[in-house]
Amino acid sequence: MPSKLIEREMRIANLPHIWCPGCSHGTIMRGLAQAIENCGLKREDTIIVSGIGCSGRAVGYMDFDTIHTTHGRALAFATGIKMAEPRLHVIVLTGDGDISAIGGNHLIHACRRNIDITCIVLNNNIYGMTGGQYSPTTPTGDYATTAPYGNIDRDFDIPLLARAAGATFSARATAYGVNEAISIMEKAIRHKGFSLVEVVSVCPSYYGRKNRKGDAVRMLQWQKENSVPYAAVGKMNEEDIKGKIITGIFNDDDFPEYTEEYQKIIDRVRVK
Amino acid sequence: MSKRMLMQGNEACVRGALKAGMRFFAGYPITPSTEIAEGCAYELPRVGGKFIQMEDELASMAAVIGASVAGTKSMTATSGPGFSLKQENIGFAAQTEIPCVIVDVQRAGPSTGLPTSSSQGDVMQSRWGTHGDHPIIVLSPSSVTETYYLTIRAFNLSEKYMTPVIFLMDELIGHLRETVELDDEVEIIDRKQPQGPKGDYEAYQETEDLVPVLPVFGSGYYYNITGLTHNTAGFPTNNRLIADKLHSRLMQKIEKHRKDIEDYEEHLTADAEVLLVAYGGSARVARAAIEELRGKGVKAGLYRPISIWPMPEERLRQLSERIKKILVIEHNYGQYVHEVERVVHEDAEVSFIGRVSGAEIQPAEVVEKVEAM
Repeated sequence: MPSKLIEREMRIANLPHIWCPGCSHGTIMRGLAQAIENCGLKREDTIIVSGIGCSGRAVGYMDFDTIHTTHGRALAFATGIKMAEPRLHVIVLTGDGDISAIGGNHLIHACRRNIDITCIVLNNNIYGMTGGQYSPTTPTGDYATTAPYGNIDRDFDIPLLARAAGATFSARATAYGVNEAISIMEKAIRHKGFSLVEVVSVCPSYYGRKNRKGDAVRMLQWQKENSVPYAAVGKMNEEDIKGKIITGIFNDDDFPEYTEEYQKIIDRVRVK
Repeated sequence: MSKRMLMQGNEACVRGALKAGMRFFAGYPITPSTEIAEGCAYELPRVGGKFIQMEDELASMAAVIGASVAGTKSMTATSGPGFSLKQENIGFAAQTEIPCVIVDVQRAGPSTGLPTSSSQGDVMQSRWGTHGDHPIIVLSPSSVTETYYLTIRAFNLSEKYMTPVIFLMDELIGHLRETVELDDEVEIIDRKQPQGPKGDYEAYQETEDLVPVLPVFGSGYYYNITGLTHNTAGFPTNNRLIADKLHSRLMQKIEKHRKDIEDYEEHLTADAEVLLVAYGGSARVARAAIEELRGKGVKAGLYRPISIWPMPEERLRQLSERIKKILVIEHNYGQYVHEVERVVHEDAEVSFIGRVSGAEIQPAEVVEKVEAM
C-alpha cells in the first residue's frame, strides 16, 4: 500500500518506477514531494521540469504539470515558464551529467540571473541511464565504462559552482540524510531567487559496482560515515575534508529576483 | 490601415509578431537577424510582454517552448549557425506539439559563412534540420509588407496546428526597407483549450482534426509533456503500436490540412510559356526578369511558393502540364529545384540558376538563361 503522501503527490498508475533496485532517486523524489507539501504549494501553481537521464524520469511519477525536456536544457525551459508566468513555482529536477556537463552553460546563467527557480540535482556521480560512463562529478581516479583505466578529469563541486556563478541559495544533502534533505529543499523552495540543492544519490548498479563500493546499504552507510556539516568545515584541516561529503546550506542571500526586476521595467514603460 | 511608413523586413517581422499576440521572445544576438531581438527587447515590455536574451541559441529555443507551455505566444529569431543549434529543441516542439515561431534570416555559406550576405541555403534544413520524421510548416516572405502578414500567419498556423513554424527569411528581405501600409484588422487564431472535466483528461488523445488540445500549464490538468515517444496521456512508452500511431499522426496532422496551410502566388501565368519558380528574395529577381522578358516578347510567368513546406505542389503540377519550360531560381546551389523536379516529373523541362557567392542573381542573368532554354 502506498503511503498517504505517495497517494497525494504521485501518479500511482505509473508506479513502480523504472529505477534500479537500491537507487536513491526514489527516496529523493519522495523527499521533494514532502518538501512541496511542507511548503504548502498549490498543485495548480507548481510546475516540475526535468532533463534527460535517470533523474529526468522522476517527472513521469509526480502528479503535477510536468515537462521532461531535452538533455541539459531543463533550466532554460524553466526560465521560459517562469518568465511567462511568474506566479508559478518552478522546480527543476536534474542530474550531475544533465546539469553540469551538457547543461553547464544554462546552470551558470540561471544562477547569475537569480531567477526564482528551485533546482534539485540528483548527483549519483555517473551517467546511469546510458550504463555507467564518467560524469563531471565522478571523483578523479574512479572507474567508469568510459574510464576503464581510471578517471583523470577533476570533478566539479556543483553547489560551490552554483554559488560562484551567483546562486543566492546553494546547499547539499544526502539520500542517507533524507530528513535534512527535505528540510533544505523546503528552504530552497521558500527562497526567493535561484536556489540549488544537490542531493547525493547512490547508484549501486553502475558507480557502485565499477568502484567496489558495495551494495546500496553499504553505499548509504558510507554517506553517513563521510558526511561533514558545512558549519564544521572551518574548524577542520584540508586533509580531513578531502573526499568527504560536505552537507548543509552554503549560502542563503537576499538579492533582487529576475522576474520581479523585469516586472519593474514593464511597470515603467508600459503604454497605458 | 496604418499610415504609410518606411520599414525594414526584420522590423515588419516584429510588428507582425506583436500583432499576432506574441508576448515572449528569447534570443541570442546573431547577424543578420539581430534587429528582431532588438525590436522585441524594446517593444515587448511596452505591451506587458517579456524579452530575454539567453546564454545561447539552444537556451533561447528552450525558453520559447517553456513560455509557450505556460500559454504565451512565443518567438525566437536567428540565422544559420544559430538555426543549427536550435534544431534539437525544434524537434522537441514538433514531437510534443508546442506552438512557437522560429525566424531564420538566412546568411550565405555553411558554418559561419558570410554573416552579412543573403542566401537561401537553409531551405532543406528548414524541412529536415532536426532528426527523425517530424512535421513542420515553413513560410517564406518576399517583401516587407508580406513579412508583416506572413509573421501573423506563422503564429496562426502554429496555434491552429500545435506545431513549430519556421519563418524563413533571407538577409535580402530582413534588411530590405520598403514603404508599407499595414492593416490592423487581421485574423488572429489562439490555440484551443479543453473545456471538459479535468480528472482523467488525456492531453494527447486523438481528435478528429488530429490536432491535440493541450491545456496550458497551471490550468489544473496536471499532465506530462515529454520528448520521448508517448501515449495519449503523455507518458513515455516503447509500445510499437502506440509509437506508430503517434509518429504517423504527427505527419498526418499537416498532410490532412495541406489545403489550409499551402500558400502560393502566381504572376502572369495565364499565357506563360516559360515558368519561373522562385520564393523569398529570389522571387524579386524573377519578377524583374519577367518584366524584361515580356518586353522582349517572351511570355514568362512566376510561380512563387509562400509556404515552402508543405510544398504547394498540386498547382505547380497543373501548371507544368501546360508550361513545358520551367526555370527554378534560388540563392543556393540547388535545393528546392529537386522538389520541383519531383513534382513536375517528366511533364516539363526543369532548368536551374543559383548562386552561392552571397551576391544576388541579376535579372539580366535570368533573362539570358531563359533565352538559352
